Amino acid sequence: MMKWLLKGGRVVDPVNGIDGAYDVLVRDGVIAKVGRDLPVSLAEGGQVIALSPAFVVCPGFIDMHVHLREPGQEHKETVATGVASAVAGGFTAVACMPNTAPVNDNAGVTELILKKAADANLARVYPIGAVSRGQKGESLADIAELKAAGCVAITDDGHPVSTALLARRAMEYASMFGMPLIEHCEDPSLKGDGVAHEGPMAASLGLKGIPGIAEAITASRDILVAEMVGGHVHVAHMSAWTTLEAVRQGKSRGVKVTCEVAPHHFTLTDAMLQAPVPYDTNTKMNPPLREAKDRDAMLEGIRDGSVDVIATDHAPHHADEKNVEFDRAPFGIVGLETAIPIAMETLVHGGVIGLPRLVELMSVNPARIINVPGGSLTEGQPADITILAPEQSVTIDRTQLVSKSKNTPYHGATFRGAAAATFVGGRLVFVNAASGLALTAEAR
Amino acid sequence: MDAPGTEVALPATALRGKDLLGIAELAPEEILLILDTAEAMKEISQRQIKKVPALRGRTVVNLFFEPSTRTRTSFEIAEKRLSADTLGVAVASSSVVKGETLVDTARNIEAMGPSMIVLRHASSGAPHLLSRICKSPIINAGDGLHEHPTQALLDAFTIRERKGRIAGLKVAIVGDLLHSRVLRSNVLLLTKLGADVWVCGPPTLIPMGLAAMGVTTTTSVDAAVEGADVVMMLRIQLERMEGGFFPSLREYFRVFGMTDARLRRAKPDVIVMHPGPINRGVEISSEVADGPYSVILDQVANGVAARMAVLYLLAGGGAHDEVVA
Repeated sequence: MMKWLLKGGRVVDPVNGIDGAYDVLVRDGVIAKVGRDLPVSLAEGGQVIALSPAFVVCPGFIDMHVHLREPGQEHKETVATGVASAVAGGFTAVACMPNTAPVNDNAGVTELILKKAADANLARVYPIGAVSRGQKGESLADIAELKAAGCVAITDDGHPVSTALLARRAMEYASMFGMPLIEHCEDPSLKGDGVAHEGPMAASLGLKGIPGIAEAITASRDILVAEMVGGHVHVAHMSAWTTLEAVRQGKSRGVKVTCEVAPHHFTLTDAMLQAPVPYDTNTKMNPPLREAKDRDAMLEGIRDGSVDVIATDHAPHHADEKNVEFDRAPFGIVGLETAIPIAMETLVHGGVIGLPRLVELMSVNPARIINVPGGSLTEGQPADITILAPEQSVTIDRTQLVSKSKNTPYHGATFRGAAAATFVGGRLVFVNAASGLALTAEAR
Repeated sequence: MDAPGTEVALPATALRGKDLLGIAELAPEEILLILDTAEAMKEISQRQIKKVPALRGRTVVNLFFEPSTRTRTSFEIAEKRLSADTLGVAVASSSVVKGETLVDTARNIEAMGPSMIVLRHASSGAPHLLSRICKSPIINAGDGLHEHPTQALLDAFTIRERKGRIAGLKVAIVGDLLHSRVLRSNVLLLTKLGADVWVCGPPTLIPMGLAAMGVTTTTSVDAAVEGADVVMMLRIQLERMEGGFFPSLREYFRVFGMTDARLRRAKPDVIVMHPGPINRGVEISSEVADGPYSVILDQVANGVAARMAVLYLLAGGGAHDEVVA
């Protein structure tokens, strides 16, 4: 299908200052025209999608923090299953973390990921390279080579960059390629062998704690480093109120620091460790679910603009790996297919932010931070489009997830808001049959 | 060659839950039911023929993933006095060393039709995991840093035996509060029954948020012991102290060790407890451990009665009866 006319929806495109009843014409894979009451004849030879005004047409959502697990852990997820999960969740692009086996610290691994992504041909995939060779925290990986192969950022995610010196060198070196350092903020000595947020809940359950400041200390370190060397640090999966304070202070001083929050950290707290299912390993992730004060701070940061991005930290794990004692289970939950329902329900219907701000958090800002196309419906841009059904009620059913893994704490939860359709490069790659979105007859 | 003794009249009411996962899940009246039942069980333990047929034909599996002498022996004696068939599965002789998961081990044992499983495991929440898999009642014999409910029950039994009550007593618990499952279970139980609980230890060994459990925390042993009816010492787990929680054992004893001099601040009829095994000269001096206020060996004796009560109540009557072949 070379041509689409998306007619009658609410278009939200903050970059171009658009929020209202517009039509969008897609031709040859790019946004051809955005305007009011575009004539159906423009879509001649293509297809018209007649949208009720309840549907929202926005630039494609980009999840800049996912684990696709390939190469090496294909029993959890593959590039192919991961991008299928992405488009089913309304994402047109994902950036994937380098903690694969082997680590993505060289062009060979990057190229493999991109080859698998091209074969799958669903969501766009932007690999993120390792900061250090083997993610060992010793010497810098070949970052120029990674950049040339297609990496958009560097990180040692799964672990923090080992020392302030290595963080300094990485930020200095990566700055010449315009690549941000994405930091998994965690002081290893304070984290220790902790498995849950350090506080009354962990104390009563007898779980070893990870204090919130373990995150804030490394974030503060890297903000100071970025300030000194003029680098760009992006704080991944922020969870603690103290980290948010550090980010705010850095921003107020003009430091190039950005940050992301995962949906579980602005919705859930460590109360989930006890109920409804005690010691449910699907409530175990790193950083851990924290206290209400932290959760509420994340919501406030989203509201006041301190938070730049919502990213899922999609971390698939096989059911066998999660069906063990709590302290032996791997950290992480899947997130691609639950992000939009959670964000729509909690943030938009919950009155925290409006839709334009949501589009900034999930499309505009991630595109800007990792410096990739997208984030707008500007004419001539690739037609990566997410259509939302804001009023559709969805109940999360883990057995229905497209992802290869089913590790979600949201099983059975009901949210208002869903992805109705996903276009990548002008191709319709996902339609949510229950959304009521109607593919009408071809235009004549 | 044990001959079953005479039947005794035992309370007929059962516990509400299928398992004993922790004190957290018990209502105060359930705790009292266990303590009352344990009194009858203690009477059995004082007979010449210490055996009743209450659990005859039932198989209790003692699944111990951590080394334990006292708790395991106590459970086995309790099971045998109730005429249960008992089976011990220890880590070294199990499939766990072959890489089998806890879930698979439990499913295999469950398939053999045990009447009850007693679990000791290094991971907090392991009994909760088992409880979701197994139809058999699970008794938590200590899980990680979480709970050790039968220890708290035997402690409460011992306190009530000596003091006649628990409500209103000042109980001082001194030692490693961070790594102690005995502490958590005792705090839960004692606060549920209305005791005034003080906990004391070096700040490095006080878990964040402990005060939220309804106790008074202090770093002063003198303040904790002042006017106390019960002083409970917790073991310093030497194997966990490598992290540098305090400078030396010598210094620990100097600041927190229980001595006769410190004990003088307590009530004249104070009792001193310790879940064992004790480190003499670390958390407690020998003069206190072996002195007139010590009830440490009473605790051990009462452990059998308390565990008999739990086994009896979880096996007896109502919805949880299994088919006895």
